Amino acid sequence: MKTSTKISLNLAVTAALGLFLFWAQGSLDGYKIQILNLIAVNIILALSLNLIYGFTGMFSLGHAGFMAIGAYVCSILIMTPDQKEMLFILDAAYPWIQNAHAPFLVAVVAGGLTAAVAGYLIGVPLLRLGDDYLGIATLGFAEIVRVIANNIPRVTNGALGFKGIPDYANLWWNFGWCLVTFYVIVRIINSNTGNALKAIRDDEIAAKAMGINVFRYKLLSFSIGAFFAGVGGALLASLLTTIDPKMFLFTLTFNVLMIVVTGGLGSITGSIMAGVGITALLEWLRFVENPISLGSFELPGIPGMRMVVFSLALIFIILFRREGIMGMREFTWQGARNLLTGKRRAS
Amino acid sequence: MSADVIIKAEELTMRFGGLIAVSEFSAGIERGSIAGLIGPNGAGKTTCFNMITGFYKPTEGRVLLNGEDLTGRPPYEACKAGIARTFQNIRLFGNETVLENVMIGCHMRQKTGWLQAVLYLPSYVKEERAIRKRSMELLDVVGLADLASEKANSLPYGAQRRLEIARALATSPSFLLLDEPAAGMNPQETQELMTFIRDIRSRFDLTILLIEHDMKVVMGICEQIWVLDYGVTIAQGRPEEIQANPKVIEAYLGEEYVSHA
Repeated sequence: MKTSTKISLNLAVTAALGLFLFWAQGSLDGYKIQILNLIAVNIILALSLNLIYGFTGMFSLGHAGFMAIGAYVCSILIMTPDQKEMLFILDAAYPWIQNAHAPFLVAVVAGGLTAAVAGYLIGVPLLRLGDDYLGIATLGFAEIVRVIANNIPRVTNGALGFKGIPDYANLWWNFGWCLVTFYVIVRIINSNTGNALKAIRDDEIAAKAMGINVFRYKLLSFSIGAFFAGVGGALLASLLTTIDPKMFLFTLTFNVLMIVVTGGLGSITGSIMAGVGITALLEWLRFVENPISLGSFELPGIPGMRMVVFSLALIFIILFRREGIMGMREFTWQGARNLLTGKRRAS
Repeated sequence: MSADVIIKAEELTMRFGGLIAVSEFSAGIERGSIAGLIGPNGAGKTTCFNMITGFYKPTEGRVLLNGEDLTGRPPYEACKAGIARTFQNIRLFGNETVLENVMIGCHMRQKTGWLQAVLYLPSYVKEERAIRKRSMELLDVVGLADLASEKANSLPYGAQRRLEIARALATSPSFLLLDEPAAGMNPQETQELMTFIRDIRSRFDLTILLIEHDMKVVMGICEQIWVLDYGVTIAQGRPEEIQANPKVIEAYLGEEYVSHA
């Protein structure tokens, strides 16, 4: 298939997404639009974790920490000084926190960059660790971020958190950032630098022997992943309009991890499919928490039931399709055409 | 020893706790030659490889490539200096295609990085295309061009060995270390491998050091041989000298064999 055909198909899909968003903005109710927004944010988070875990093979559980950093930095920047004066009721904010103000785009980028710097700084000592040890250490990092956020009230307003964060994050911002994340990560993955990252994942020793500065590339992948995690956190803060340290518990990381693993470690397509599927499913499954009547028999509603159903679904996925929905495969236009025309394999 | 020595090991010693894996290994390999490192299992051959390629930091001694001291430098710097290697137990990037495996070898000398890739600069596109072309040429040399888009771990054993060599060649080395290249090959394949090793040496101006248990290979293509036993260099010399050396025969076949001979 020619490159120009692929480019026009990609543009067509982007345009179709734009049209869909335009239609959704006008015709769907607030609840459905909120779900679409969450889908976009979850895809951003899943892609960033997939870059770290799926493509570079670093088992990182620090996503909630990066998201918290992005969310706080962005929130502080987009709230007006007056708003902040009202919010910080226990301790007055430091003047530089009080007076900091920036447009939304700058605030999101700043949130991402701060998270990336944090990723770099903790990456230097932590990325020398392997596998499970790295997982525990990054989990510790995320907890530290949360505890710090709880204990610097003059910056983060302590356990009270922020309320009334301006809700700039609409469909356009969220899906715009989603596209940027997608583009950047796909470009990296498909370049020879991406090959080097995958080499580290497959065999670190052989990667070293091939002249790859393993530590440097791990740090690079980790920082870029942290950047987009920060962006995701920033968008989430503006989307939910309220954040507090409790929001960034380990369960937040777990949700992202679940999307990545379900979609397939090392598959961009998988992350997007699972991002859409799991976000929608989590909402749709709310019906199991309502009372259900089966003829004359009435089942009482049990709060939390959907997480049980969901965990069962996850267990089945891991049992019967351990590599996730897509494994390491990707959607390609060529593959789609072969599927449609019934060809098994074309050059 | 001739003046044109490409790589020099000076009294390399590797201690793991109380165990001396390699003791005072010294060798100078002439540019353009094929050298062999032999010895019974556990003699310390791979440890020598690991010290030369930077995977182990030798307890004592130095490694010099073209007079440059490489001792204790990390593996990627040794590779950058021009030392490439293969592994005893094949270590390919299994989930990547055959072509990508070779492209990863080219990565080290690539000038454009991830930022140029994201911005899709013309310099990046051009370099990436050149790397792809060069990788295909290397695959052609090892006879794997037809399998370029296959996953590396789906290849048959012999092809994986050849791919590992192609990947090592992609780093543009001047000195290549092969760890048991003929392991698991039948006589026919071994014969082909010998021709192949001689062929790549002249084609890429290489100096080769190989570890091998197959004496037909070692005696057939090596010009200089070092023999290790329990970490100690017990002999060194030309193939015919090694074959006649009673110490070597003893190490390989046992004391009684020597006394009966």
